[in-house]
This record gives sequence, structure tokens and C-alpha cells, in this order.
Amino acid sequence: MLEIKDLHVKAGDKEILHGINLKVKAGEVHSIMGPNGSGKSTLAQVLAGRESYEVTAGQITYEGKDLLQIAPEDRARLGIFMAFQYPVEIPGVSNTYFLKAALNAIRKERGEEEVDALDFLNLVKEKMELLKIDEKLISRPVNEGFSGGEKKRNEIFQLAVLEPKLAILDETDSGLDIDALKVVAHGVNSLRSKDRAFIVVTHYQRILNYIIPDYVHVLYDGRVVKSGGKQLAIELEKKGYSWLGEETVSAQLVN
Amino acid sequence: MPTETKQIQDLASQEYKYGFYTDIEADSIPAGLNEDVVALISAKKNEPEFMLEWRLKAYRHWLTMKEPKWPNVHYPPIDYQGIVYYSAPKKKDSPKSLDEVDPELLETYRKLGIPLGEQELLAGVAVDAVFDSVSVATTFKEKLAELGIIFCSFSEAVGDHPELVKQYLGSVVPYTDNFFASLNSAVFSDGSFCYIPEGVRCPMELSTYFRINAKNTGQFERTLIIAEKGSYVSYLEGCTAPMRDENQLHAAVVELIAHDDAQIKYSTIQNWYPGDDEGKGGIYNFVTKRGKCLGRNSKISWTQVETGSAITWKYPSCILLGDNSIGEFYSVALTKKRQQADTGTKMIHIGKNTRSTVISKGISAGHGQNTYRGLIKISKSATGARNYTQCDSMLIGDQCGAHTFPYIEIKNSTAQMEHEASTSKIGEDQMFYCQSRGLSAEDAVSMIVNGFCKKVFKELPMEFAVEADRLLSVNLEGSVG
Repeated sequence: MLEIKDLHVKAGDKEILHGINLKVKAGEVHSIMGPNGSGKSTLAQVLAGRESYEVTAGQITYEGKDLLQIAPEDRARLGIFMAFQYPVEIPGVSNTYFLKAALNAIRKERGEEEVDALDFLNLVKEKMELLKIDEKLISRPVNEGFSGGEKKRNEIFQLAVLEPKLAILDETDSGLDIDALKVVAHGVNSLRSKDRAFIVVTHYQRILNYIIPDYVHVLYDGRVVKSGGKQLAIELEKKGYSWLGEETVSAQLVN
Repeated sequence: MPTETKQIQDLASQEYKYGFYTDIEADSIPAGLNEDVVALISAKKNEPEFMLEWRLKAYRHWLTMKEPKWPNVHYPPIDYQGIVYYSAPKKKDSPKSLDEVDPELLETYRKLGIPLGEQELLAGVAVDAVFDSVSVATTFKEKLAELGIIFCSFSEAVGDHPELVKQYLGSVVPYTDNFFASLNSAVFSDGSFCYIPEGVRCPMELSTYFRINAKNTGQFERTLIIAEKGSYVSYLEGCTAPMRDENQLHAAVVELIAHDDAQIKYSTIQNWYPGDDEGKGGIYNFVTKRGKCLGRNSKISWTQVETGSAITWKYPSCILLGDNSIGEFYSVALTKKRQQADTGTKMIHIGKNTRSTVISKGISAGHGQNTYRGLIKISKSATGARNYTQCDSMLIGDQCGAHTFPYIEIKNSTAQMEHEASTSKIGEDQMFYCQSRGLSAEDAVSMIVNGFCKKVFKELPMEFAVEADRLLSVNLEGSVG
């Protein structure tokens, strides 16, 4: 579904990603872990199409298409969704209105008919129950005055309604208490399917107790320094990230 | 340049959708202004003596005045002798029904999407259509007359109800008020008149569509609305204008009078030609709008959506004379291309326990300059007065400007004032968030801006709210994105 080859990314004058390689197949859950400043969020944002980053080398292929040539809104319409680390407030625009416009833009791309108000309401109800979302939340303006936890839950709610093929969770777990984390994880798990892939970007192993990944990749200083199964996450939790730095340095010396 | 900014600028060049010119033979007088012209206008309209006297007093006073220079707008000097002060579509007698109306005129209205005809009945809107300077069609008059409501052109009111005109004309905006109001008083051609008798709730939204046409014709409208004790009226005003090359001056005056327990809701959508990308050819919209809450518990509410004109200069205001009276001002002003707007309100608290609310939303895009100017005045007599003001500005792109000049004068220590202000920029973050959910850049901007204006739009009557939403989106396509 997704293949990243030797991806180099700059923000301003500084190179942040120094050659990332990653392959994600439909149905898989990949976790990208790493300390602060390792480039995790940069990778997530580049996948979603953020233009403040400059891709200087490498390529990203999504379902056989050159992703880097596709505008952000078209990526969304082709089934890519990123749950934001810091969801943005849009005052005066109701959550339902926003989401319905988004869903219809995506459906149009798929050649499907626009949903009418009634069908949309039913869909929203179903997903609200899944994510234990308060009905009041969805009639309020997008993220305006939401608590940190509400914002994160709202992101997963959008994910549930928009049903993307590739979902990227950018530190969705940060700032969530354990109950909220469980709700979010339950939502994600119920959305797992053989046609849908997840990339879970996180700093902590904690969320991976609830969303069991198929693969774990460790990002350190703009490179994937280690990849493995879910065991790797547990190892990281015990040892922290610093030992990886030493390992990379010695690996580079050997090369 | 970030892509969002570029997109916004690319989108900032859409053509004015209502730019066309209707070829109707106009009955005009030569350009220029003097006492003879004033007298000629009065004579052409078969006005009684008191009107001529009033016009001449206004004209003589106007000669002593200077054009105001304090607004934060810039334009080349206006040649007042180069303006044609009277132009009317050529018709011997007023039409009795739509069948008698010039078909070309009806076609113009059709292009503008104005439902003049059977649609009005369905829409429940009575339209007093002003084409150039003379009202050519007035509908629903009989229906309203059954309730004792008078809704007609100003000229008709002068002929049929001279005592009401004499009593109220200039009682809120005197002919000495300001440069443009004085000019209007001298030469005003026509407008709307509305009288709601005691205890009557007007069952439909009263609506007038203004349209400037005929080359070089300054449009000087005069509107007078009187709401007697315990009555209610909602009045809608909306405008578009054809494309043209020379600047057109529009100096209208609107006066509202609310007696005890009466309520007037006045809503405007203004979409006159804003000029081309260089700002050439747009309308100068210099308007004086003022309401007087004369009676106890009366209420006057102004709602405006200003998206057109090269220059907008208007401050719909309320004089809160009656105890417990309420004044409201809700405004959305959008400037793009080279548009300039200096707009806001004045709330003059005189009666006890008077209250006012001011919500202003300014949006600047392209090279647009948007100024909010507001005065809240609490007089010595206004014990227990309260005001809430919120004025927010939004900037789209990096070539535009937003300015705020709030004036507050308090002479009574019991007053309670609240003032909130903010300036925001449509951020890349908001744009990216919307786009990452599948919305196009254009839809994203339109959605963000409409959300920003929500508080004002919800004050508009239903049919206008839909139009406002659409209008803003159309304008954003052109100027914002």
C-alpha cells in the first residue's frame, strides 16, 4: 500500500529525515517510536502532505501512485488520514458540518453519492457510540474549547467516520489519561481490517499495550535505526532510547 | 511563498458576477448641481412646497460644508458638478402591474435572481424595487394596506402621506448632519417609505433591491421607517450593480424611528461593484444610517453584510432615547482587491437602563483595507446603561490590513462596558487541517470565514442568511479562496 524509499526531508535549512525506508501493507499496524526530535511527527506530516517541509530526495509510493505529486486534499480523498498531534480549532464551524463536507468530498472521489442528512446522522450516531463521544461534542464548533482529551477523541471519531485506507496517528496517546487512552485504542482496534493499515506514531510504549502493532520501527535522529516486532517496544520501554544512539554510532563506525 | 497564500492570491481575481448593463432609455437631466437642479428634481417629482424648501435649505447648508477627511479611506477628489443628479426610466405613468413593467427591466431582475412576480408570494417577500432613481414596481401593497401598513416608494409617500413625511423626515438625520447626508437631503431621488401602525406585527419581511444603473448617475436614496407603539417590522435591503469604469457615488440616508415597545430589524446585504484589480470603477458607498429608539422598551437592530463597493463609509447607529431601549449592530465587512471599508456604529445612550450590543467581523483579503470605527457614548442621564462590544478582524494573505478605532465616552459612573477585540490570520494550520480532511483550499477558506461570521449571520432573516453565506463564498472564490 505504502512504500517509502530513502526519504530525505528538510524544514528550513535543517535536514530532519536522513533517508527513511518503510513498507506498509494493507491490514498491517506499524508503530513508529522514538525520542523527541527524532523526526516522527515530520514523517507523519510529510505523509499527509504538509508543505512547510521540503522533500529533498527519495520517494513515497501510495497504491502505485507518486504520493509526493498529490495535493493534501487529494491524498485525503484517496484514503489517507492523519490524526493530528495538535488538532486545530475552527471557530463557528460545527463538527457535523465539517465532517459531512469532508465525507462527501471523499465519497465524490470514490464515485459514490453524497450522504444525505439522515444517513449521515445515523452514521455519526453509530460511531459516537463506538468512541463514547458525547452527543454535545459533535454539534459544537470543530475543536473549539475542547479539552486535550476531547480533541484527540474527536480525531479518532473523524477517522471512524471517514474510514480511510491508511490511518496515521500522530502521538494520539500523548496527553490522554488511561481511560481516554483505552477508549481511543478500542476505537482504533475496532477499525482494524484487512484492507486498512495504521501507522501509530508514539513516544511511549503504553498505547501499544492496547493497540498491538505488527511491526515496530525506532526512529532516531532522522533514521530508522531498528525494526522489529512488538517485543521491540517492550524492550524500549525498559531500556529507553539512549542505548540506540550508541548502537547507531558504532554501526556507522563499522560501516 | 507558502502555497496557501498563493492559492488565496490566485483566487483573488474572480470577476464580478453581476457586471452587466441594461440598455433602457433614461430620462436624465444634465450633469451638475445648483439651486435650479434641486428645484427641477423637486418639480419632476411633483413635490409639495415644504419638500422643495427642505431640499433648498439642505443644499445651501451643503455649500458651507467640507467633505470629511477623517475616514481611513483614500480616493481621488469627486467632481460634484460632473454628476447627473436625476435619472428615471422613461415611462409616462407608474405601472399598475408587472405586465406594464419594461420586459428588459424584468430581465435584469431575473439575471440578478430577484424574485419579482409570483415567486414573491411563495417567498412571502414584498419587493419595492428601485431601478435607478424611481420605483418601478411595488408589490403586496394592498395586502399590507389591510393591516394599515404603508410600504411604498418615498415619492409616493410624499404625495399620499405628506403629514408623516413632514413629521419624520430629517428627525433622525437632520439635513445639517454631515456632508453626504446634506447632499442627499438636497437631491435625493427616491427610496422606500414604511409605516407600521400601533400594535401591528408586519407579517412578512419587507424588502427592497437597489440597483445603480445609467451612466454617471449618482444614486441618492432616502429611506424612512416608522414603527408605532408596540409594532414590529423586519426590513431587508440588498444591492448589486453593473460593471462600469467611472466611480459612482452612492450617498444614501436611512432613518428609523421606533416608538414605545416597537421593534425594527434592518438587514442589509451590500454587494455593489468593488472595482477591478486596480480598484478602478467601483462604487463609493457613503451612507448615513441611523435609528432613534424614541419610546420606552423600543429596540432597533442593524445587521449588515458588506462585501461590495470600492469604498464603504457607513456607521449604522442607534440613539437610545427611551428608557430600557435596546440598540444592536451586527456587521460582516469583507474587503478584497483594492477595496476599502471604514465602518462601524455609534450607540448613543441617553435613556435609563439602555443596552447596546456591537458585534463586528472584518475580513481583509488581497489588498483590502478594513477599518472598524465605533463610538459608545453613555450620557449623564443614562443611568444603568450597558454595552457589549466585540470586534474581530481576520486577515487572509499578507497584503491586506485591519484597523480598529473604538471610541468610548462615559459620563455616568453606573455604566457597564465590555469590549473584546481580536485579530487573527487564516493560518496555514487551519488550512492544512481542512485540506487533510479532503476539502479544497477554496472550500476550506469559505468554511473558515463563514464560521468566523456565524454570530452575525444568525441575526439575519432565514432567506438572507442563505444568501449571505453564498455571497461570501462567491466573493471568497474571487478574492480570498
